[in-house]
Amino acid sequence: MKIVLQNLTKKFPSRNKKSREEVIAVNDFTFEIPDGKLIGLLGPSGCGKSTALNLICGLQKPTSGRIFFGEDDVTDLPPEHRGVGLVFQNYALYPHLTVLKNITFPLENLRGADKLSREEMEKRAYEAAKLVQLEGLMDRKPSELSGGQQQRVAIARALVKQPRVLLLDEPLSNLDARLRLQTREEIRRIQRQTQVTTVFVTHDQEEAMSISDRIVVMKDGVVQQIGKPQEVYDDPVNLFVAKFLGTPPINIFRGRAADGQLFIGQEAILPLQGVSDQEVIVGIRPEGFILQEDGPLTCKLSRVEVMGRDISVVSTHSCSENAVIRSIINAENAVDPEAENVRFAVKPHKLYLFGSETGERILFTAE
Amino acid sequence: MDNKNRKGWLYLLPAFLFLGVFMIYPLIDVFVYSFEEGYNSASQTFFGIGLYNYSYVLHDPYFLQAVKNTLILVIITVPLSTGLALLISVALSSIQKLRELFQTVYFLPYVTNTLAVGLVFMILFKKTAYSDGLVNLLIQCFGGSSVDFIDGPYWAKMFVLCFYTIWVVMPFKILILTSALASVNQIYYNAARVDGTPKWRIFTRITLPMISPMIFYLVITGFIGAFKAYSDAVALFGTDLNAAEMNTIVGYVYDMLYGDSGGYPSYASAAAIILFAIVLTITCINLLVSKKHVHY
Repeated sequence: MKIVLQNLTKKFPSRNKKSREEVIAVNDFTFEIPDGKLIGLLGPSGCGKSTALNLICGLQKPTSGRIFFGEDDVTDLPPEHRGVGLVFQNYALYPHLTVLKNITFPLENLRGADKLSREEMEKRAYEAAKLVQLEGLMDRKPSELSGGQQQRVAIARALVKQPRVLLLDEPLSNLDARLRLQTREEIRRIQRQTQVTTVFVTHDQEEAMSISDRIVVMKDGVVQQIGKPQEVYDDPVNLFVAKFLGTPPINIFRGRAADGQLFIGQEAILPLQGVSDQEVIVGIRPEGFILQEDGPLTCKLSRVEVMGRDISVVSTHSCSENAVIRSIINAENAVDPEAENVRFAVKPHKLYLFGSETGERILFTAE
Repeated sequence: MDNKNRKGWLYLLPAFLFLGVFMIYPLIDVFVYSFEEGYNSASQTFFGIGLYNYSYVLHDPYFLQAVKNTLILVIITVPLSTGLALLISVALSSIQKLRELFQTVYFLPYVTNTLAVGLVFMILFKKTAYSDGLVNLLIQCFGGSSVDFIDGPYWAKMFVLCFYTIWVVMPFKILILTSALASVNQIYYNAARVDGTPKWRIFTRITLPMISPMIFYLVITGFIGAFKAYSDAVALFGTDLNAAEMNTIVGYVYDMLYGDSGGYPSYASAAAIILFAIVLTITCINLLVSKKHVHY
């Protein structure tokens, strides 16, 4: 079931009585989520991603705009008639019901022609439980489960009624780091297996990048960029997206384009074409640095962190916007940790220019 | 005993002293009195030890009347007041406008003096030479014949007593239940809505289990409070409750101690111990029932 959002907008009345300014949580969303794909809605806290999810699910009504599931306009439908399964951030498992009862709860609501017998309900519940690998725990109460197991119960409960769309609100935020890795693979596997169109919300870019077919990067209620994770990472449209994606984060420098060259400080880093002379913001991915004895970018070496396959060179530069510059270098390159300076060349396709005022990407051709 | 431990006991001592003198000793004393036959409080003497006091009390028609009244009161008022309070609380939590006003209105009886309320009820229900009382006027309006609720037939008096008791205990229950309802996390309702749960089912399958500890608390304290009813009856029917056939167990105990027929601490003690046994039994039954239906 593909999901189409058309000019979707949600405004909240201001809490501050004096200013009366409305809060625009979701601002003019227009995009299409293809059938059977896993989409990550990604953005910092308060960017409106949860609101967007609630709009899709129907718990909140949009101020304007339409939502389509396939060809059906569901904008005015209440959540129960949309055929959505929702997994809440803290799971919202009914604490007084067993796992089995929690999973069958949505089925018991079916009336009329859809009404199921008790056996049928349990059969479906066990199928859903099998999908999330919970079979042995059906008689437990939620409080007797670990966080990861509760998460899986919540997913099973959302899937048991065979929704057209599965929505997950920060599904991994309550899990510890190791479980998070494991569960995100689970979510990926379950989604592949069921082929249900899935939207999940997260503030963790790594999570979104690792399992999504597409990511939607949001900021202050406005969609910044939509695309496949690698494309968005390699080709960010603005400074915000570039900064938001990637661990370690992108290194930001104040720079200047002049005479067909990119200057950071006094050093000409890269020949540029197609950029007028101006102040720019330079973003260089950590993997965009090449260790070179006569490289153009000279940084003051702070320390070298060995990570096995790679080494991470931590250095500083007077033009850097970050406190330190982190570069990931192949471990075969030896760096003398005692040296005062370290010199880099940069890979042109790992370097992005942004307008110093607007933060918008400035395209250039190197050489 | 090490020093720290001794210090702890020292700090607890004042509380223990007061509890011992004013609670534990009297409790034991009541128990002892109830077995002392023919105890005379003036001379502090008694004839012997045995079960005569219990036998006397259990054969006293006034006591049996009091037990009957108390049981009727308990059986009618506890479920009814809890149910009504639940209904009102649910209604209160589902309205937005004027909620605080209504909450205040419903809470008013709680801070009003029992005897003052009793007086108002007298005016509403009492039939005098000059007026039939407001309620009777209403009954006449609908074509019924007036009833003397205060000095009239037994069921009429019992009705007023139950009505009054429910009215007095409701505010506290409403207060507890509205806050219990408010404490149910909205997320469960959202989850239920997404699953298309009908309203009634949300109430019975989610709301009720979630607030069941509070309901249980209200039922237990309601039972205990109703068994100990006394001042309500006095407020409505005056101090001579035996004559009005409206005595309660606690009223009987009081009469045995201080009433016209007073001066029988042994009988009073026996009646008090019987009341204690009844309340204990009921509370234990409540606890057993709650194990199945209360979700913590």
